[in-house]
Amino acid sequence: MKPAAFDYVRAETLDEALEVLRQEGSDARIIAGGQSLMAMLNMRLARPKTLIDIMRLPELARIDAKGDAIVVGAGVRQAALLAWPELGRSLQLVALALPWTGHAQTRSRGTVCGSIAHADPSAELPLVLQALGGEVHLRSAKRRRRVAAREFFAGMMTTTRAEEELIEAVSFPAAQKRCAFREVARRHGDFAIVAAAAVQTAAGVRLAVGGVADMPVVRDFPRLEGSALDDALNAFAYELDARDDVHATARYRRDLVRLIGRDLVREVLP
Amino acid sequence: MSRLQAGRRHPVRFSLNGKPCAGEAEPRLLLTDFLRHQIGMTGTHVGCEHGVCGACTVNIDGSPARACLTLAAQVDGCEVRTVESLAPSAGRLGILQAAFKRNHALQCGFCTAGILMSLDCLLRDHPRPDGATIRDFLSGHLCRCTGYAPIIRAALEAAAEMAGDVSRETSDA
Repeated sequence: MKPAAFDYVRAETLDEALEVLRQEGSDARIIAGGQSLMAMLNMRLARPKTLIDIMRLPELARIDAKGDAIVVGAGVRQAALLAWPELGRSLQLVALALPWTGHAQTRSRGTVCGSIAHADPSAELPLVLQALGGEVHLRSAKRRRRVAAREFFAGMMTTTRAEEELIEAVSFPAAQKRCAFREVARRHGDFAIVAAAAVQTAAGVRLAVGGVADMPVVRDFPRLEGSALDDALNAFAYELDARDDVHATARYRRDLVRLIGRDLVREVLP
Repeated sequence: MSRLQAGRRHPVRFSLNGKPCAGEAEPRLLLTDFLRHQIGMTGTHVGCEHGVCGACTVNIDGSPARACLTLAAQVDGCEVRTVESLAPSAGRLGILQAAFKRNHALQCGFCTAGILMSLDCLLRDHPRPDGATIRDFLSGHLCRCTGYAPIIRAALEAAAEMAGDVSRETSDA
């Protein structure tokens, strides 16, 4: 339960970090708060040759309102976003979901972008980014690009980030829409058995579900009620292709999708 | 930019319980092992080593944090506090520690150092926490002995004592 050996690079500028990534590619890993990566290193599920620490870069530790979006830099810890005075007004869904992200003892170190980079299928922040239709701001030594959340998550702990890229920031649309969040876990702060978020849309509601498929899945529904809503949620629950595992059965997960889904839709579309 | 080579020891300096601390660490050395093996401060316990159990919780720059999910190199220049900082002097207990003792909030004691460090932060930031707040904070810790109820009682009692509501004599009675 100790990490394999690696070089540790403390980047003083973003360009330095990008240059190391350009040279070493997938042999190098970015470390920010380390609350997902350190566990992977300890269990030797990850064995990078180089760790690049980006937490000494003040330009990454910013939360900025840019137009209609809130841009959260790669150095922003989850606790810092939770304590941001504008959070409840600008990013209501993030405010609802963040207290479920890990524990106070891990939010103090873990970053928002780090959780999204890790792309655990049951994590809350990737789910919220999907539900809100946010973007991931990627940067390499050569280029910058923005990827919509729908195109960023590619599977179980897999994303479309190229090996020479790092996440510079993520942006969440700050539109004022009704939203709701629910999670079921064995212990508050543990990874979700099912987590779900709902956001009001022009035609009805968008529902995002984590913890069931190999990544958070988003579905737009028209305004439905009664048995039509139950049928739609039941179809959605089956499409997520739930599996049995040590935490819960597939059937229990489908049940939760149906029950939580109905609660969320009713909350968002009263 | 500084690159610390794998397999070699590099200097690490930080503030530990208010005093300067210097040692050497390989890049892969965890803060838990640095504290216990390099410095010899064994109050911080090592449980699961993947961030779940909370036994290794220390205070980094004023916030509770998992020492097992932190590299020694990452805390260079930081302020670290461990359970050894809670006692006012040798042979005496701090308010929170004494409340744990009175309420039997520990049995085997393995999880206790981490829980004390979390609650120390909680009581600093929320001097009048209710039971629900304490339970939420304790969700980051596993205790297999107590069932948590005496821990919550001890935390409430310590908060009241720190706020001047209750004297030790009353609560002992």
